[in-house]
This record gives sequence, structure tokens and C-alpha cells, in this order.
Amino acid sequence: MTEVLETRGLRKAFGALQATDDVSLTLRAGEIHAIIGPNGAGKSTLIGQICGTLPPDSGSVHLNGVDVTGLSTQARAGRGLARTFQISQLAMEDTALQNVLLGAVGASKRAWRFWRPALRHADLRDRAEAALARVGLDGHAATVTAELSHGQRRQLEVAVALTLNPQVFIMDEPMAGLGAEGSARLTPLLDSLRQEAPILLVEHDMDAVFALADRISVLVYGRIIASGTVEDIRRDPAVRDAYLGDAE
Amino acid sequence: MGGVMRRELWVNAALWLGLICVPLWAHWAGEPFTITLATRAVIFAVAAVGLNIALGLGGLVSLGHAAFFGIGGYAMGILAFHAQNYQPLFEWPFVFEGSQSMPLIWVVAFAVSGLCAFVIGLLALRTSGVYFIMITLAFGQMFYFFSISWAAYGGEDGMLIYVRNGFPGLNTLDPIQFYGLCFAVLSAALLVQARLARSPFGLALNAARQVPERVRAVGLDPVRLRLLAFTLSGAITGLAGALFADLNRFVSPSMFSWQLSGEFIVFIIIGGTARLFGPVVGAMVFVGLEHLLGGLSEYWHVWFGALLLGIVLFGQGGVIGMIAGKARAHD
Repeated sequence: MTEVLETRGLRKAFGALQATDDVSLTLRAGEIHAIIGPNGAGKSTLIGQICGTLPPDSGSVHLNGVDVTGLSTQARAGRGLARTFQISQLAMEDTALQNVLLGAVGASKRAWRFWRPALRHADLRDRAEAALARVGLDGHAATVTAELSHGQRRQLEVAVALTLNPQVFIMDEPMAGLGAEGSARLTPLLDSLRQEAPILLVEHDMDAVFALADRISVLVYGRIIASGTVEDIRRDPAVRDAYLGDAE
Repeated sequence: MGGVMRRELWVNAALWLGLICVPLWAHWAGEPFTITLATRAVIFAVAAVGLNIALGLGGLVSLGHAAFFGIGGYAMGILAFHAQNYQPLFEWPFVFEGSQSMPLIWVVAFAVSGLCAFVIGLLALRTSGVYFIMITLAFGQMFYFFSISWAAYGGEDGMLIYVRNGFPGLNTLDPIQFYGLCFAVLSAALLVQARLARSPFGLALNAARQVPERVRAVGLDPVRLRLLAFTLSGAITGLAGALFADLNRFVSPSMFSWQLSGEFIVFIIIGGTARLFGPVVGAMVFVGLEHLLGGLSEYWHVWFGALLLGIVLFGQGGVIGMIAGKARAHD
């Protein structure tokens, strides 16, 4: 299988704290690779380095075989790295449709058009509406984002990523704050998305992780202590000790 | 939602028609001073529409927009000064005598103030929040003190232009004709802002104001979006400066004063931030009160300040917001 995303020997320290310690991982076409770990394990720091918001001290990030370590966030997005945020980053004053339309504008490199209304760029609008329909928000296109429920905003986060011609999805806790019902609704959606692009999934919701992941890597104190299939991880004594603990 | 939009559309249309009808009435009634007041309001409105593109759409609180207003004014002043004194502005690569033609002056004012806005924006947009306000203020003051010390063009005293500049086919000395020109410029500026706000660029700029992190994540650079908005904003305010200089036939360092930058912001707040006709209402209210209250007391700003306070504390979205309702995402 081909590696769509790869990190090689990533390291990042904040003072004496080694937040990322020699992390090498791969994401292959068609798979969901989940990163789990306790709070403070360095998951957000790792995501930041992959998405370009945080420069690593050493190591590299490769997207479709190309070294993107030196590229900005926006340049990586332009190469198909589609991320979702742990805390929704949505234009609250705008409608749901305008939020996904922004993704379509960015992906089509059409931000420097000044005259025709964005909503009258029919191809962009089609793409935006298709993304909304895909996550089940087609009935809320005209709703102002501030008036959407938390769960709907989490769906909208995914919809924006869908408009970006994604080569890879980086999802930072898409289930955050959803509760059992909401996360059960989002799980089949994420399951179907792997057909479009593989997903690097950082998630606390273990039911979702075990239902979705093809592979799981466990991050503790910035270091991957175990990596393997769901069954491998369930059985791994080090993992049970460090993380799952008495959860089962 | 549609109701609010439609109501604002009606309010805007009424204001626009009012700006046509009132000066025409004044013309027939033989009240040239009313036309002059309306011209002053319309020119201030153009300056504030320019600022509204940066402030309202882009969220860039510039306390230095008088710099662009002044640059536009001096562009007119310098071109006309050379033309009326028959001293060439430059002799190489060709002899240029200056100009008293409005179309040329407008192009120069627009381009030079846009260029200055681009350079200032390059530096200022590295900061945000209070630092951005301070850095734009500092640039404004630099231009102010530079103009005071520029003896070749009048220094502190400014420049008097004896004859108003010409426009092909019009008699610009006729108040109503000059008003018509200024009104046409305002209408064009409003059209540009209206189109811009709904365009893909406007969508991205608006998002960059609210969630810059998201804009980066869809592959766009928020700083570049803001820089373009700031440049266009400065250019439009500069054009207003050229008109203002022509209205008074006088250019002086006071066009660069930071009080004027503050007043532009106040116009927008009074009318309604990011509302299309907000700057127009703000400029009309300001010029109206300046005339009515200014005759009663030289401390009329006290009452103006009280009005501003009332609108900030109790008004939702300025005068336009109070009449037409809270702003909503369009479509």
C-alpha cells in the first residue's frame, strides 16, 4: 500500500518538556489510523507539526512522498491536507453554506475574484452544497452558524474539509463534546470518508476509535509506545497499563 | 432574515434618492450653501466608505486613514499648484506642467494613496489589535509632520488653488455640477463595496476577520487578503481627499490630522459598522450637526460625543441597525 502521509523522527521540545519524541508514523491509502493517548501526551503538538502551525525541532513530514516540512499551513492545505479542529473554527456570523463555500473558494484558488457574488459561482456552490448534503446538513444551508447546535457545527467542520480536494484528512477530536448519540451519528460518516482520503484520527472516544480504526498508535509523553491493529492494542499490556488502565 | 435584508435595501434606496433630491431642490430654491454642505457630507462619506472596506469587512481598525485622505489632497494640490504657477512638476523624461484636470488628478490620487496604503499595510499588518491601531496612527502622524515641514508646498500654511479643477464637459464651479461629480464617485464606491462584500474575496476577507486559522486551513493567507483590502481602502479614501481639496480649493496639513482619522471611524460607528450605507449616514449626521450645533456653540463636539455614546451604548449596529434591524449573513 502507498503511504499518503508520513512523519519521520519528529521531535519538538518546549523547554525541558519533550512534547514530541521521535515520532515516525505512516498513513496509507484507504485507512483510518487513530492516535490515542492520555491528556498531555502531545497529540495536539503532533497535529500542529503535521498541519504546519508548529515547526518541529527536527524530523520531517511527507505528503504523497513530497517533503512538506518547510511549507506553510496554507501551502499544505493547497496540496490536499484537509484538517478539522478540536475547537470548531467556523465563521459564526456566516451561514453554514458560506462556511463550506469558503473551503470551495480556497480549494479552487478563486479568492481573488472581486465582482461576481460567491454564491453565483455555480460550480463552487454545487461543491459546497454537496459537502453539506454529505454530512447531513443540507437542510441548514441558510442557518447562521451561531444558531447551529454543537453537534451540527462538528458536522460542518467535516463538511469544510470535504470541499478541499482532500488527499488526507487530519481530524483533531471530531467527536469532542458530542456525547454518545452525536458520536454514533458521526461514526458512519467518518467510516465512509476513508474511501475519499485516508484519515489520521486523534480521538478520545474509544468506542469510535475501536469501531473505525484500521490501525492505532498510542502516544504517551510524546512517544509512540505501541502501534498496531485494534486487537493488538487491546491486548498490549503496556498500553493497558499506561492508558486504558482499568477502563475495561 | 429576508425581511431585514429587504428593509435595509429600502433604507439604502431612500438615502440614495435623498442625496439626489435634496441638492436638486436646493438648486431650484437657490440655496447653494445647502449644496455645499451636501457635497461635504458626500465627500466624507466616500472617505468613510473606503475605511469601511478595511474596518467593516476586514476588521482592521485603522487610526491613520487621514494619511490617505491627505495624500489624495496633496496629489491634487501639487498637480494644480504647478499648473497654475506654470512651473513644470518635472522636466525629464518629458516636461510635465502639472494638471488641473480632475480625471487625471483622481487617477493620481487613487494610485499614490493606494501605493502608500500597500507599503504601510505591509508593515502594519504584521501586527494586530491595539498595535495595529498605534502603528497606523504613527504613520498618519509621520505624514502630518512631513507636510508641515514641506516648505515647497506651503508647509504649515498649505496651498491655495485659485480655480477649481475642470472636468471635461462640466462647469465644476457650478455647485450642483460639482456635487453631481462627487455623488457619482460615492455611488461608484458604494457599488464597489457592495460587490466586493459578496464576492469570493469578500467571503474570504470576512472569514479572515472572524477565524484566521480556518482561512489558513483552506489554503488562503489572511494577511494577503487584508493587505489588498487595506490598499483598496486607502486608495478610495485618497480619492475622497482629492475631492475634498477641490471643494475647498485649499490643501493643508490639517487633512492629515489624526482627529480626522478618528472622525472617519466615528462616521462608520454612527451609521453602522460594515453596513453599506453606514458611512453615508454617519457623514450626513456629522456634517448636519456640525452646521446646526456649530452655529450655536464652538463646543458642539460635546453634543456630538453624547450622541456617539448613546449609539454605542444603546444602538444596535448604528443608525442603519436601529432602522433596518440587526445585520444578518446575506442570502
